[in-house]
Amino acid sequence: MALLKEDDLGTPKPKSEKTVRLEIDGFMVETQEGASVMRAAAEAGMSIPKLCATDSLNAYGSCRLCLVEIDGRKGTPASCTTPVVDGMKVRTQTDRLAKLRRGVMELYISDHPLDCLTCSDNGDCELQDMAGAVGLRDVRYGFEGENHGASEKDLSNPYFDFDPSKCIVCSRCVRACDEVQGTLALTIEGRGFNSKVSVAGADFLDSECVSCGACVQACPTATLQEKSVVAHGVPDRTVQTTCAYCGVGCSFNAELKGDQVVRMVPQKDGKANHGHSCVKGRFAWGYASHKDRITTPMIRDKITDPWREVSWYEAIDFAARRLKATQESYGRRSIGAITSSRCTIEEVWVVQKMVRTAFGNNNVDTCARVCHSPTGYGLKQTYGTSAGTQDFDSVEEADVVLVIGANPTDAHPVFASQMKRRLRAGAKLIVVDPRAIDLVRSPHIQAEHHLPLQPGTNVAMINAFAHVAAHERLIDEEFIRERCDHASFKEWLDFIKQPENSPESVAETTGVPAAEIRAAARVYATGGNAAIYYGLGVTEHSQGSTMVMGMANLAMATGNIGRRGVGVNPLRGQNNVQGSCDMGSFPHEFSGYRHVSDDAARALFEDAWGKPQDAEPGYRIPNMFDEACAGAFKGMYVQGEDIAQSDPNTQHVEAALSALDILIVQDLFLNETARFAHVFLPGTSFLEKDGCFINAERRINRVRQAMKPLTGMDEWRVTVALANALGYDAMQYDTSAAIMDEIAALTPTFQRVSHAALDENGSVQWPCNDAAPEGTPIMHVDGFVRGKGQFVLTEYVPTPEKTNRKFPLILTTGRILSQYNVGAQTRRTANSEWHDEDILEIHPADAEARGIRTGDWVSVRSRKGEITLRSRVSERMAPGVVYTTFHHPETGANVVTTENSDWATNCPEYKVTAVEASPANHKSAWQENYEATTPELRRILERGVVEPAE
Amino acid sequence: MSQDLTLYLPLDSVAVSLGADDVAAALQDAAKQKGVALNLVRTGSRGMHWLEPLAEAEIDGVRQGFGPLEADDAATLIDALTSSAEAAPKAVGAVEDIPFFAQQTRLIFERCGRNDPVDIDAYRRDGGYKGLAAALTQAPMAVCETVFDSGLRGRGGAGFPAGIKWKTVSGAEADQKYIVVNADEGDSGTFADRMVMEGDPFLLIEGMTIAGVATGAMQGFIYLRSEYPIAADILEKAIKAARAAGMLGANVDGSGKAFDIEVFVGAGAYICGEETSLLNSLEGKRGEVRAKPPIPALEGLLGKPTLVHNVITLCSVPVILSHGAEHYRDFGMGRSTGTMPFQLAGNIKHGGLFEAAFGVTLGALVNEIGGGALTGAPVRAVQIGGPLGAYLPPSLFDLPMDYETMAENGAGVGHGGLVVFDESVDLLDQARYAFEFCAEESCGKCTPCRVGAVRGVEVMDRLRAGVDPELQKDVVGDLCELMVDGSLCAMGGMTPIPVQSAMKHFPEDFQPRPASDASRVAAE
Repeated sequence: MALLKEDDLGTPKPKSEKTVRLEIDGFMVETQEGASVMRAAAEAGMSIPKLCATDSLNAYGSCRLCLVEIDGRKGTPASCTTPVVDGMKVRTQTDRLAKLRRGVMELYISDHPLDCLTCSDNGDCELQDMAGAVGLRDVRYGFEGENHGASEKDLSNPYFDFDPSKCIVCSRCVRACDEVQGTLALTIEGRGFNSKVSVAGADFLDSECVSCGACVQACPTATLQEKSVVAHGVPDRTVQTTCAYCGVGCSFNAELKGDQVVRMVPQKDGKANHGHSCVKGRFAWGYASHKDRITTPMIRDKITDPWREVSWYEAIDFAARRLKATQESYGRRSIGAITSSRCTIEEVWVVQKMVRTAFGNNNVDTCARVCHSPTGYGLKQTYGTSAGTQDFDSVEEADVVLVIGANPTDAHPVFASQMKRRLRAGAKLIVVDPRAIDLVRSPHIQAEHHLPLQPGTNVAMINAFAHVAAHERLIDEEFIRERCDHASFKEWLDFIKQPENSPESVAETTGVPAAEIRAAARVYATGGNAAIYYGLGVTEHSQGSTMVMGMANLAMATGNIGRRGVGVNPLRGQNNVQGSCDMGSFPHEFSGYRHVSDDAARALFEDAWGKPQDAEPGYRIPNMFDEACAGAFKGMYVQGEDIAQSDPNTQHVEAALSALDILIVQDLFLNETARFAHVFLPGTSFLEKDGCFINAERRINRVRQAMKPLTGMDEWRVTVALANALGYDAMQYDTSAAIMDEIAALTPTFQRVSHAALDENGSVQWPCNDAAPEGTPIMHVDGFVRGKGQFVLTEYVPTPEKTNRKFPLILTTGRILSQYNVGAQTRRTANSEWHDEDILEIHPADAEARGIRTGDWVSVRSRKGEITLRSRVSERMAPGVVYTTFHHPETGANVVTTENSDWATNCPEYKVTAVEASPANHKSAWQENYEATTPELRRILERGVVEPAE
Repeated sequence: MSQDLTLYLPLDSVAVSLGADDVAAALQDAAKQKGVALNLVRTGSRGMHWLEPLAEAEIDGVRQGFGPLEADDAATLIDALTSSAEAAPKAVGAVEDIPFFAQQTRLIFERCGRNDPVDIDAYRRDGGYKGLAAALTQAPMAVCETVFDSGLRGRGGAGFPAGIKWKTVSGAEADQKYIVVNADEGDSGTFADRMVMEGDPFLLIEGMTIAGVATGAMQGFIYLRSEYPIAADILEKAIKAARAAGMLGANVDGSGKAFDIEVFVGAGAYICGEETSLLNSLEGKRGEVRAKPPIPALEGLLGKPTLVHNVITLCSVPVILSHGAEHYRDFGMGRSTGTMPFQLAGNIKHGGLFEAAFGVTLGALVNEIGGGALTGAPVRAVQIGGPLGAYLPPSLFDLPMDYETMAENGAGVGHGGLVVFDESVDLLDQARYAFEFCAEESCGKCTPCRVGAVRGVEVMDRLRAGVDPELQKDVVGDLCELMVDGSLCAMGGMTPIPVQSAMKHFPEDFQPRPASDASRVAAE
């Protein structure tokens, strides 16, 4: 339980596999070709003093502490910028070098405050370490000379301070912003002694800084320092864990002092993040101890009653009795559950197991229903696996990056930085998105093609891409001959070559000129390794599954599958959405995507669990709502999701939830759904969990308990207790690791996975079994999982959600960097300083026609409902398209969205809602009702009303 | 009666700053009044600054000079040259017979001052483009070999053998290579680059084109300091003329080889004369030194193999190609082959540009050619090679000017600039100034230069104030050692040269002084 200090070898690991042998201080040392002398020495355990060098950044050579002597070379070269050469003889410790190093430190310290004892970095400061290492005893220049002691601090960023008086101008922050994050918000201004780190803008908060923390991470002194360290002091223990925000799944070291998290530091060897982080994972963890956290179970008879705090026993007993009573009155299938994509796979596993055993039905679904269910369906149909094909690192070998309906710099920022590095190194970028997302044009990046298509026309677009490839003979015939199903290919080829799929035919539908589509398609088909990255802009459509298959077809047809640098890659939204899907959270599938009608699979589970398994799929989430409104579905257990805010057509959802006899909500906060709940089971934050999250690249990452559950009970134990109370006593585990063992035993793709193995070998990508004991970074390498790749016909069918005179605009929704999903976590952090309300973005022409100016209140009406929010006139929008986020419950963005959904999976069509916008001077009826009724629905006895955080 | 008269008058920055444009206007006025059809050809300078503005007229096939002219002299000069009755004012005789000029060996500056600098035909007529013609008949590597064999070394200051760079760039595999000319001539007391760019720009263009042909680079950039607007104008015009004449562009001189040039004007930082800073600046980045390796010859501009040379280096190339490596190597001494345009400045009677083969002595340049101090007082010190060059005393005036001899004496030829001081100079002031200059111009990247220079000034002030002088001398010594061994580039690495040479050769200036003297200086 000590503080873990990661080794810093000074310069990055070179790519070369060749080795070089050299002599350092008399020892023979072997290292990789291209390594620096500094790295070679560090690998051998000899540390050369350094300040400007760190192994996350390219060598820079500015501090001059790392000077060495090399036989046959003039002077004293810097070891960080000197590559190793076979047979080189290096001396790192001589009298001459010692004198030079002391001289450098003497200069540094002559311009540095002498406040080590009261400095927030005391004990964690590289400058301090180096002064010790070189034996600095005297500063003969004195401290009265020119100095930066009076420089003003910049405290504007909510998470870190900038104190230029402590800056040694090593440029590590500037270089991190450039090389690691790719935002280039920082620079060195002025020259010589006046050189100083600066941002464009009044201060950090006013600048382009995205608060990713890379600069803070890189700073060797207290110049850039987490406010939490200033407040609490240097941490004393480390717990290695995984971020609980997006699907990138960054590995972090939680650094604590007692049970107080002092900071979250990205792990250098994190396989998804390689030492990088974003503003959410790095800084926005304060929600875990926010005053709104509910840590005591609560119950109430009806939702108009105030909540009553009760014991765990009473809450579970109450819940079990009500569930049983409901089933007795309305039948076995009248209750169900929703698993959470924010919980661990172990926590998810026990919920779906409870449904399939204690509930005795298949009424389990998960929030992937409303995000990436089409991905699972589409990729399974074509390739045979319901998951993305690549690891993140694969992008480093992509020559063409095709981003469709995703906004990585906001939603998957850490992967976006990796992608940007590749784009800056020369890969070509094509963006298919109605909005000019930041990636289209950002520092040193310019999309080769941006195709701003009309929302809802994805399938027409991807068909046109394939049409161009087919007609211009850009098909990889050899790949298809060897790897794909020939009959389906021939049929598809005939289909795709039809004139209605040509760019010229779809130009009007998509709103993108045919020549642009053709040019982009050629780049994809001929530019070398081409990789598709996509998000909810693909899936959340009436043809979401069709589009996924359209992309899969295109990738197969051009041979862009089955190796590094290519693939079809969903950027999955939540930390464990891949895992919750993998765990059998679907009404039609057991874990590992085995259909409930599969007799062998059912037999396996019946044998293991001792309960008969239903061969009929259960209800999907929209079915649950519909059946609730119809009176057939009466009880629901919702684990860590806020369906009342996140699901479409809020008024329908609210009606459904209000109709339930028993709604159990397991969450950190009294969320929007809890307004309609009868039992509240307090959940645990990721800091209190022990288990695994699975990220977008199928990577099984360990989540380790940094502190005991504030609720006094592991979340999985609560579910187990409920299952037991319902009469299913066979569900018993000692530890979360035992749940993992059961998952492995019952799921072939997880066969070799265990907590012990993950702790020993680090994260692994499934399938991980006897056939692939070390996991599977890239799928379909030697053949498709389903055997032969299957081409599927993807006819474009326009959405029924059409614009007309009454609703002439298309609303599309999405999210923003600083907020996450329904905002339950991020709104309870200082992230709201960047985004404290949902804003309607509208094109200048549409705004002018309606008399809307930036900052005006605007009413947005659809066929389903109306909301009022503030507007921003923006050239990023295409004419006819408006955009907003759904982070703030009082906005009610989903009041206007519809229940139209994907034909195959019912994934809602969030991205296309016909609306009209007009200036407004009052809130909408739904908003007024929300404000009026919510306090009542949140009352807790003797504690008063819990206000939502802002 | 109308009479034709052709006069030559420099457009060179020195001549202009001394009134050449006023003289030009006055000459035009006077000619108009007198009904003389004046053909006033603006040329480069001959490099004799004390005679500027120096007008020339060709009389009986010989260029006769008149200077330094003032506007008031215009009418008389026109009269004198149109009617032999009057004696011409300020006649200095045949320009090329003036001893300062006649003693030179002009391989680079041969044409400078003779012709309209942007007249490409005049350049050709006067021997131009013969080097390129020769280069185009040879294999690229053979051209590199010729440059290597000539012994030509970089004239920017470091004296690195040019041929090695050429071979490296030529041998590098890349889809694009560049020729970059360092025309960021920022050393105090130097002006050779400017003079040749203003007076004979095609020479640089030819040298660059030869380099392009030899290395496979198809694009050249001239990184020109912003303080040289006339040079910028002349270069732009010359490049345009060369393109029009087919000497630049997709098919240089019908050879099928492509080469073109762009002028890039810097933003006023001395450090951008350091080649890696220059490359950063050219890329639009902050002018900050890059660590080497990688060397620019392999990874230079935009990461591509780049030949970076000083103006004078490239201007030395045409004659090497037209006359052969051996011819060039015959000038100079030892490993310092060819000629160097020495620039005589500071407190000197005959300031200007003196091109000579390496080996001429320091004393000859200062006293015989330069005529000693302008004030007439004895010369006490000469700083050689710019603000980071050594201060040498008269006792070393017998030293020949060549790379090796200078290096042996703790000095450097640098870019060939000599700044002369008479006995009124205070070398402690000069040493302090070296630190001050470094502090002002440091890019700020490496610690010894960024912080060390500032501390150097402070230590010098304490030394002058007599605060624990022995300690200060120790500290200066350690600081200089650190800056020499520890600095990232020559800026910080060479700052100790003026400091330590001053302390070594003029120790008396660093002794404790009478209180009144110290306080006087400190109060200034």
